[in-house]
Amino acid sequence: MELKDIINPNNLVYEKPKLLTENTMHYCPGCSHGVVHRILAEVIEDMDIQDKTIGVSPVGCAVFAYNYIEIDWQEAAHGRAPAVATGIARTNPDKVVFTYQGDGDLASIGTAEILHACNRGENMVVIFVNNGIYGMTGGQMAPTTLIGQVTATTPNGRDVGRNGYPLKITELIAQLPGTSYVTRQSVHTPATIRKCKKAIAKAFQAAIDKKGTSFVEVVSTCNMNWKMTPVKANEWMVENMFPFYVPGDLKDGSKTDPESYTPLKN
Amino acid sequence: MAKVIGAVVVDNEECKGCGLCVVACPQDVLSQNKQVNSRGYHYSFMKNPEACIGCSNCATVCPDTCITVYRVKI
Repeated sequence: MELKDIINPNNLVYEKPKLLTENTMHYCPGCSHGVVHRILAEVIEDMDIQDKTIGVSPVGCAVFAYNYIEIDWQEAAHGRAPAVATGIARTNPDKVVFTYQGDGDLASIGTAEILHACNRGENMVVIFVNNGIYGMTGGQMAPTTLIGQVTATTPNGRDVGRNGYPLKITELIAQLPGTSYVTRQSVHTPATIRKCKKAIAKAFQAAIDKKGTSFVEVVSTCNMNWKMTPVKANEWMVENMFPFYVPGDLKDGSKTDPESYTPLKN
Repeated sequence: MAKVIGAVVVDNEECKGCGLCVVACPQDVLSQNKQVNSRGYHYSFMKNPEACIGCSNCATVCPDTCITVYRVKI
C-alpha cells in the first residue's frame, strides 16, 4: 500500500483538536505547556462544554493561553487567578471555570489566593503547572525549586539555610476541606499524558457536579532554563523531581460535609 | 492477525524540532531532518515509513500538535 493511500481522511486516527487555534504557540521547543494546552482542548471538546467554559490565565509563560484555546478567557494579575475565578464562578454558577497557573504564580505570589479559594471550596478547576523554576523571567528560583538545583538566582544550587525548603503546595491543598479532587500528574510519556487527560476530565466533571475545588498539578519541564535538551529534561524530571513530587492522587472524594461541623450557638 | 500500517504527517513549518516524538516512537520510525524549516528547526520526518503502526504516540507527546496520524488495517 502506498503512503498516499494511507493518508486519507477515512483512515484518520489523530488530528489537532478543533479547539486549538491556528496560532503557533510561543513556547520553547519541547515545553510541557503545549501538551497541557492540548489536553485541555481535548477534554473541553470531548465534554462538549466549549460554550460554557471560562478560563483564567496567569502571569507567567502561559499568559497568552487565550491565544491558543477557543473558549472565553480572562487574564488575571500575578497570582490572583483564583480570586478572579471565584468572582466568575459565583456570578455564573452555570459556567465551568478553571484557572491555569504556574508554580511562580500559584505557589509564590498567589499562595494566599489559592489557599483561600481552595479552603472556601469554590466550584472551579485549578491546573497547576509545576516546573520548579520561573520560566518567563529567565530561570530564577521558585518556591518549588529542589534543594541543590541550580537556577539564575541560586548559582551554587538551592541552599536550605539561605533559601528555605521547597514547597509542596499540593500536599498543603489536599488537607483543605474545600477540595474534592487533588492529584499530581505529569506529561512526559504517552501513557502519563493519557492518564493526565483522564485526571483533568475528572476534575472538570467535579466542577460541573459542584463538588468543590479540583486541583491538578502537572509536574513539567522547563528545558530552556534547566539548560538541557527536551529529552534530557524529561529524564532529569523523572530522576530528580519525581522522588520529591510523587505523582498520584492525593485526595479523591468530595469536600467536607458542612453538617460535620457543629456551629456555635448564639 | 490483521496487520496494521500507519503513516504520520508532520507540519514542517509548525514543528520546532524538540525531538520528543523521536523518543516516543516504539517502532523507531521518526527522525529529525538534517534540513531546517524557515525558522531554523530540524523538523521531524518519517525515516522508516514501513515500520509505522499508527499508534499516535508521537502525536500525543508533540507539544505543538503538528503531527496527524493515519492508520489502515490490511
